[in-house]
Amino acid sequence: MSTATLDKPGSGSQQDASPYITVVFRIRRFNPEVSDEATWQDFQVEIDPKERVLDGLHKIKWDLDGSLTFRRSCAHGICGSDAMRINGKNRLACKTLIKDINPHKPITVEPIKGLTVLKDLVVDMDPFFQAYRDVMPFLITKGNEPTRERLQSAEDRERFDDTTKCILCAACTSSCPVFWNDGQYFGPAAIVNAHRFIFDSRDEAGEQRLEILNDKDGVWRCRTTFNCTDACPRGIEVTKAIQEVKRALITRRF
Amino acid sequence: MSAESPTAAGAVSDAVPQTSLYDVDNPAPVIEPPRKRTKKTPKTTRTNFELYGWLFMRLSGILLVVLVLGHLLIQLVLDGGVTKVGFAFVAGRWASPFWQAWDLIMLWLAMLHGANGLRTVINDYAERDTTRFWLKMLLYTATVFTVLLGTLVIFTFDPNIR
Repeated sequence: MSTATLDKPGSGSQQDASPYITVVFRIRRFNPEVSDEATWQDFQVEIDPKERVLDGLHKIKWDLDGSLTFRRSCAHGICGSDAMRINGKNRLACKTLIKDINPHKPITVEPIKGLTVLKDLVVDMDPFFQAYRDVMPFLITKGNEPTRERLQSAEDRERFDDTTKCILCAACTSSCPVFWNDGQYFGPAAIVNAHRFIFDSRDEAGEQRLEILNDKDGVWRCRTTFNCTDACPRGIEVTKAIQEVKRALITRRF
Repeated sequence: MSAESPTAAGAVSDAVPQTSLYDVDNPAPVIEPPRKRTKKTPKTTRTNFELYGWLFMRLSGILLVVLVLGHLLIQLVLDGGVTKVGFAFVAGRWASPFWQAWDLIMLWLAMLHGANGLRTVINDYAERDTTRFWLKMLLYTATVFTVLLGTLVIFTFDPNIR
């Protein structure tokens, strides 16, 4: 029954029932070569609500205004380039469907907060990656290298599985109110990536990393507002990871 | 599909007059966030101060719930409420070492708990280094003064004062 009704418009009147709707994108524009002030600019785009915000940005850049600047690489939620503030929430533009964010109102798109805006939606990620480097996000071991791979039980691997999912998009760090006001704070992303090695049974520099995060700009500045957990496009329980690092620091001392 | 053109009158390019201060060779300064992390900052201190501060907030908080609620109950609710509180009432209570200890512990815990909380607020919100330094100095001065004055009064309280 349902197939019959679905088949009919498919053959005949498909052109009339267009899936496209008109969506207004309200984009925060900043071009230091024109003005020192950032302004909102509206664009009307005909778009299928099942498409993503990134597709809308593509349509604007390719067809309406080529000067619109934003980062995107893989466009499929893996590279973490296109984190931006969409309708006031940090998300990946390539993982946000138009239909999920109320297309009947203007969709606001801003650069992520707490980092220097260089142009339009592009921010300076250097401080973010500096914090990442400072927690030594690489395997550190002592002694001779084994002749074969370093084996690990399934349970040991499970211990830090959640934090291996991080794609370094900065959605969590740039949603953190402590980071907004004090860029010296490591931020959730760096702590998540430290957590990934601290709880790895093959790694032997957990003490060093805990010592780094024990400092005044480390995990103790976390106010557990859960903004980072809400923002993470990979669904990592960021605040939980931070709390686990805190617990490791306390049980190490007492 | 994209037949429509930008609606809001091209905010960036049109809103700026031809005599803009900025061009390709002379771009506007970008707005950097306060206290940006660089290779050289922050300096490592390698102390456990923040760890102990964090633990102190949790432990003193638990104790303060008992101490402060008990204090409020005795002062404001039991035995006729707040009207009974006077010089004689305080003198009578401080004759007992138990209430002296109660008030002393409550004073120290509440002041240090509040001061540490305010210190973290200043750290979170003060942007310039000089601002945060002076705000914290003010806070520490007020805290030390209040704690010392309160301790002095509890220990040297004389019920026969004229």
